[in-house]
Amino acid sequence: MGKCDENGSGMGEAMQLAAAKQQYAEHMDSLRAEGLLDDQFSELQQLQDESSPDFVEEVVLLFIQDSGRIIKNLTESLEQKPVNFKKVDAHVHQFKGSSSSIGAQRVKAVCIKLRMCCNRQDQLGCLFALEHVTREFEVIKGKLQTMLELEKQIVALGGTPPPFTDKL
Amino acid sequence: MRRRANQNWSQSCQMSDKSGAKLKLLQGRAGGGSDYSSPCISNGSGDSRSTRTVPLKGARGVYISKKKTMHHHHSSGAAGAGGKGGGGRERGGNPSGRRLGRQWWRDSGNSYLTKPSSSSAAAKGGSASSSSATTTSVWFEHWHTKLFILWVFFMALVSLSVYLQMNAEMLVRRRDTLKTMCEGRARMLENQFLASMNHVRALTALFTTLHISKQIAMFNQETFSQYAESTAFERPLMSGVAYADRVLHEDRESFEMSHGWTIKEMFSKEKQQVFEEYAPATMSQDTVSYLTSLDMMSGQEDRENILRARASGKGALTNPFRLLESKHLGVVFTFAVYSIHLPPDATPDERVKATAGYLGGAFDVETLVENLLHGFPGSEMIAVNVYDITNELCPLVMYGHTNVSKSENTYVSSLDFGDPQRKHEMRCRYNEDALPPWTAISTSVGIFVIGFLVGHMLHASRNRIDKVEENCRMFKELKVLADEASVAKSQFLATVSHEIRTPMNGVLGMLQMLMDTRLDATQQDYARTAQASGKALITLINEVLDQAKIESGRLELEAVPFDLCAILDDVLSLFSGKSRDEGIELAVYISEKVPSILIGDPGRFRQIIINLVGNSIKFTERGHIFVCVHLSEDMEMVMEGSDYSGDDDDYSDWEVDGPGCVPLDMKCNQFNTLSGYETADDRNSWETFELLLAQEQHSYNPDHDDHHWNFSDGNDVVNLVVSVEDTGVGIPLHVQERVFTPFMQADSSTSRTYGGTGIGLSISKCLVELMSGKMRFVSRPKIGSTFTFTAQFQQMHDSVHESMLRNTNSVLQVRPLPTCFQGMQALVVDGRPVRSEVTRHHLRRLGVQVMLILSLSQSECSAAAFHSTVGGGIDMILVDKDAWGAGTGIRFPHMLCQSASEHLRQRNKYFASSVGLSHGFIAARLPKMMLVATSMTDNEHKLARENGFTDSVVIKPLRASMLSACLQQALGVWNRRDQGRELREGSRSLHKLLSGKRVLVVDDNPVNRRVAEGALLKYGAQVECVNSGRAAIVKLKPPHNFDACFMDVQMPEMDGFEATEIIRKAEMEASECMSGGILTKYHPVRIPILAMTADVIQATQAECLLCGMDGYVAKPFEEQQLYNAVAHFFEAGYV
Repeated sequence: MGKCDENGSGMGEAMQLAAAKQQYAEHMDSLRAEGLLDDQFSELQQLQDESSPDFVEEVVLLFIQDSGRIIKNLTESLEQKPVNFKKVDAHVHQFKGSSSSIGAQRVKAVCIKLRMCCNRQDQLGCLFALEHVTREFEVIKGKLQTMLELEKQIVALGGTPPPFTDKL
Repeated sequence: MRRRANQNWSQSCQMSDKSGAKLKLLQGRAGGGSDYSSPCISNGSGDSRSTRTVPLKGARGVYISKKKTMHHHHSSGAAGAGGKGGGGRERGGNPSGRRLGRQWWRDSGNSYLTKPSSSSAAAKGGSASSSSATTTSVWFEHWHTKLFILWVFFMALVSLSVYLQMNAEMLVRRRDTLKTMCEGRARMLENQFLASMNHVRALTALFTTLHISKQIAMFNQETFSQYAESTAFERPLMSGVAYADRVLHEDRESFEMSHGWTIKEMFSKEKQQVFEEYAPATMSQDTVSYLTSLDMMSGQEDRENILRARASGKGALTNPFRLLESKHLGVVFTFAVYSIHLPPDATPDERVKATAGYLGGAFDVETLVENLLHGFPGSEMIAVNVYDITNELCPLVMYGHTNVSKSENTYVSSLDFGDPQRKHEMRCRYNEDALPPWTAISTSVGIFVIGFLVGHMLHASRNRIDKVEENCRMFKELKVLADEASVAKSQFLATVSHEIRTPMNGVLGMLQMLMDTRLDATQQDYARTAQASGKALITLINEVLDQAKIESGRLELEAVPFDLCAILDDVLSLFSGKSRDEGIELAVYISEKVPSILIGDPGRFRQIIINLVGNSIKFTERGHIFVCVHLSEDMEMVMEGSDYSGDDDDYSDWEVDGPGCVPLDMKCNQFNTLSGYETADDRNSWETFELLLAQEQHSYNPDHDDHHWNFSDGNDVVNLVVSVEDTGVGIPLHVQERVFTPFMQADSSTSRTYGGTGIGLSISKCLVELMSGKMRFVSRPKIGSTFTFTAQFQQMHDSVHESMLRNTNSVLQVRPLPTCFQGMQALVVDGRPVRSEVTRHHLRRLGVQVMLILSLSQSECSAAAFHSTVGGGIDMILVDKDAWGAGTGIRFPHMLCQSASEHLRQRNKYFASSVGLSHGFIAARLPKMMLVATSMTDNEHKLARENGFTDSVVIKPLRASMLSACLQQALGVWNRRDQGRELREGSRSLHKLLSGKRVLVVDDNPVNRRVAEGALLKYGAQVECVNSGRAAIVKLKPPHNFDACFMDVQMPEMDGFEATEIIRKAEMEASECMSGGILTKYHPVRIPILAMTADVIQATQAECLLCGMDGYVAKPFEEQQLYNAVAHFFEAGYV
């Protein structure tokens, strides 16, 4: 029985692992396909090795945390009257830098838009763009969190997540 | 003796003395009849002493004063406008003048009134015209209408004054003439009169002398008559002279006795009654012989005259009266003959006593003066009257047929007939009224008419201008309204679209998140469907929003670098599924001269291409869709060139070759286009395409450097011509003109059949126009459409490296094409030149050299065989499936093998004799064979494999990435692996460079910082991080033990450049301190600082170097670039 159980659970674990891996791969594929993440993210993954096993997770969490802060700052800055566009620009620049570092290219693209609005001193445009940025950020945030979840599942099931590769 | 003709008249004269006014009235009414012209005879008495001639003093006449005329007019009740006429107007002329004046006024008034414009109403004093009451009130307020009225009045005044002046001048002239004529007559009459009188005086003197010497008997009737007759010429105005003796009553009988007749009364010719004395005429001229024996004192005038003459001793003139017998009007001149010599101061009594007789002469004024005056020129023009005005109140007519009353137009000239007791005057006037002054009238009317017309013209034109301006203003207002409405509409659309888009995005996002959760297959399917629908809706809304944005002019284009090829590849891949399903060939060709990276709006460009290609796909069921990009200069040149070569040639080619071609081709409707179907625009047919290629080749030739770089010399503007050609159903002719109208489709059935909103083309056109280009199309129903547009982009500066851009720009972050095919050679076998060029284009992008085989001719085939086998160098052969018709390409390897074996046999006897030259032998030595096809059925796959296409089948549309993947698969070149190897090598060397190095990372962004740290750690560096420029300065204050520093450029508070400058300054100071020679190799005073930047365009190397930095790396790190940058200074000196 126990054996059976073990076997069953072993089988189940293996299947679960395979399923989790499959799901992880699909997830990463969709991230890639929808243009949410670009090569930079795989570069990040390559940076993760034995010396820094949680590098990706660390960076992702840092990104999520920092971005939340920046978005808050941005929102506050844009609600001020008059708007200090220089300050906004600095925030956007930061946001752009971090999103580009993590490979969140859609966030980055919208950041560029926001920055253009900022250069034009178009407050309304900025607000719209910020809304867009926030939305994109929420999407990527969700995706990244899902990814981390899946990774954790895989690790918990005793596997290693497959590397993020570019499918031709 | 003469007596008065009518006693009654003398009474009436006395009456008239008392009431002059009444007389004057009578006189005014008196007609031309001279019989009534002397209603009054005034008695005059006095000495007839004045025997001297009256000196001629020229014109002594005067005109009657104007005042009197005025009065006269007034009294005759003709007051009014005529009175205005200044400067003595003729009485006769005046009414006519007035009439004319009135006529003129009415005329002008008429012309004024008949004018249809409202100004006539205005002229009537602003009384509103019934027809245009509203406009009149408006127009009357216009200054120019007032001005016009003023002008008309002014012109009326001017013409009136001209008229008056001319009239006055004419009158003056007329009067001068009258004056001259009158004076001349008067003086002549006076002279003749005086001459006659003088002769009578001389006769008197003779008689007196005879009386004194008592020799009067010398004269009897006969001698006197003879004498008088012979001297009659001396008395031109006298009808005759007679001598009368003074006979006292006591002598009467003796006198009668001696003469043998009795003294008779003058009028009755009866015996004279008894009087105190008599004056019977004894001698008379024959002309007046009837006077003999008549008592001269029996006539009233004669008697008075005799009495006056003898008392004064001078000649005396009678009043004018009717002479005896002739009954002509005349005067009698009487002289007294004295019997003794009297002293000059003798008293009248002495004179009376001394009187012996009387000598008298009759002036027959009526006939003789008439004769005299008729001799004058122009006598018919004027009427001349001579008056005796001794009694001023009652002038007596002496001569004249018509009564000439004293008036302003009468000229009066005084006469002196030698009797101081009597006064005479001559009155002249024109017989006819002055003609109406036609010249003056026509001149003034002309002036007025001209002035009026000029005024009217100006006024009318001014009115017209006003009207036009008013209209223009109205149109402008309407336009503004329309524009506002349009903008409002667009804004509404924009707002609404945006409002829909925001929640839609939410819905889509949620759906996406829902799909990320664990769903079973059905749920997943539902969610996917919902998402697809939502995406479709979003697309539609985006289109509407675009349209609205474009219409309200709020669409702005980005200007970012992008990869044109990548975008086109992308679009192609988007439609590849559809095109494969339908078996449509989809191809892209980009001229090599088009720079790979352009600056513009990639999103919008993509949108245009997607619209056009999507449209084409929608309407195309067979044939091809061909997207072609050229430089517009080339296109222009080729188009011009083809024009130069002459259309006639082209047409004749068509005509001559057309019928001949069909049997040759063996297939009907074969055209030299991509797929062989006819296209609407032959721009992409081989004929043009070849020229274009030649043109591009020519100018792309590296030898012609100037040509190659000509666009980068200028302002870096690249003009592209993009054409999208399809062989679809085409656009019906009747809708072609509204193809670019928003929401317009060919007809309502179109949207049913093909779907779509019809907004895409309109948006595309607007977008193209925003890119300073133009879009046009050629379409032929049932044949196809070709949409062509031009667009303007900027070119990248040469200073910016392409790979750098690719790394930093997200838009450009497409996977770079693998480089593993560089230098390879390929053979492309295709019967369609255009298609083969497309294949060549894609291969060339991968760095593959291409040879083309277009026909199956022996020579080409064998050449191909040679090159592909023995000649070597050919790495692959690409054969189009439909090279010479559907499916013909599949057979190619077989033919190639045959031709190759033949070729080899001919060349080499060994091979020829050898049995080893089997099919398989050749096939094994052939390069990789690849079939290029639009679609493949399983059967065809099998067939292809059998025929030797063992390696790969490339499914069109060709794309660089897809092609490279296929090639990699076929050739076994794994680029990625190669790259990985390189990378590993790179990272190894980087590891070598960086391991153990102490590196400071300066970045304010925690994520970036962490990533950079991670990357550097990976290469073995010891990394320390700070988050601001200030912290970096502290850390890098010499002496320190860092080997390198990566500094973010853009940081709050203090940016990278500033921090670097401060660090460099500190280093300088430190080196000065250590100038004693303590400087060691291991403690470099100058730490390498590398800028980290996300924006390569902004921070160029020059700028970095200027601030004391040693180089720059793009963020995020890319190995190769990092290696390059780091190696630059680590390899140089520091190990």
